[in-house]
Amino acid sequence: MLIGLYNYWVVVVLMMVGFYIVIAHGNLIKKIVGLSIFQTSVFIFYISMAKVDNGTAPILANGIEQYSNPLPHVLILTAIVVGIATTALGLALAVRIKEAYGSAEEEDIQKKDNLDC
Amino acid sequence: MKDLLAVVMLLGIYSLLSASFFVLMDAVDVAFTEAAVGAGISTLLMLLAITMTGRTEHPTRHKPLLALAVVVVTGSLLIYGTLDMPYFGSAEAPIHQHVAPRYINDSMQEIGVPNIVTSVLASYRAFDTFGEVVVIFTAGMGVLALLSTVRRSEDNETIDSFNQSMHEQHLILRIVSKMMIPFILLFALYVQFHGDFGPGGGFQAGVIFASAIFLYTMLFGMSTARRVINQSFIQILAATGVLLYGSVGVVSLLNGKEFFDYSALSADPVAGQHLGILLIELGVGITVAAVMVIIFFNFADRRGYSPDKESEDL
Repeated sequence: MLIGLYNYWVVVVLMMVGFYIVIAHGNLIKKIVGLSIFQTSVFIFYISMAKVDNGTAPILANGIEQYSNPLPHVLILTAIVVGIATTALGLALAVRIKEAYGSAEEEDIQKKDNLDC
Repeated sequence: MKDLLAVVMLLGIYSLLSASFFVLMDAVDVAFTEAAVGAGISTLLMLLAITMTGRTEHPTRHKPLLALAVVVVTGSLLIYGTLDMPYFGSAEAPIHQHVAPRYINDSMQEIGVPNIVTSVLASYRAFDTFGEVVVIFTAGMGVLALLSTVRRSEDNETIDSFNQSMHEQHLILRIVSKMMIPFILLFALYVQFHGDFGPGGGFQAGVIFASAIFLYTMLFGMSTARRVINQSFIQILAATGVLLYGSVGVVSLLNGKEFFDYSALSADPVAGQHLGILLIELGVGITVAAVMVIIFFNFADRRGYSPDKESEDL
């Protein structure tokens, strides 16, 4: 049954939405928004692979037979916090570019660069 | 959508929704982090950034059809690639056969902590987490290098007068939030030290702690917050967290065990593990909270600062 793969398709669709925003939009903030959607799709990919049918959250307790896989949770937990730190770095760069070029649009920045050359 | 404010708000809602389906997929720790980071801090930072880069987007797009074609081709290749993947929820998938059974079956004897996510994060894969903490620290330093401004007293006065007029208008908001802040800080500490037994830990606690400080800053203005939290103090704290984490590893090296083997910290291996996890979670919490505050303060400071002033001074 192919329908059992639906979690991956959701991930692919989200990932491509993020990818489209990154390549088709010129605004730097919007590119960063696209990147965070892309990033979240990877989180969902890992977490959906960790899920086991009839499993519960991986906190040990009596009377529970099946736990979901804890390893991807650990990887993604740290990745989320690292993600916000790097997003902040990206936003900081966008702010500096806006200050230096007077615009956060890729095309305006390109034009100014070409004039300088 | 041309209005970036709406875009950022939708991104916040999307993050909160993704947190809710992380809960459905049993990843409670991850959902906790995503709710605090994605819906809270990241939305706030994006809003701060758009106040500086402009709220509207240029309508032109470059070659949307070409972009669409690239996206569709990549997407279909990826979907083709998923056809060999194990089904959703299948217990026989290769990912569940490798190290996961050891974590689930043996972590109670080896680490003695009910939350498996915490024992993997802080003990089995402590080296990995150390790397992540260093990355967060480095990103914080990067933001500091990019955005830090030399503050001048005359700027302070104008900001102060602006703050006063704004804050008098929101009396109820101010009083209610003032009552909330101690509880948020207390909750952060609970999350920090209860991470061994339930969902939580240093990463979430650091983010929640930082958000209480953000709330305070938003209500009482930057200059008041600056008086409470000194910039150089918070920078030292960020470094202290990383050092605390690293030195736990060094202590276990000096005691003749491997790097981050906490059984070296105490005569009883399980007690040593408890102590080690507590210490490194504390290090993580301190670093994450300090770095988030550094990032927020530098973004907030950059507002109302014009680069022309700097060039005049030079």
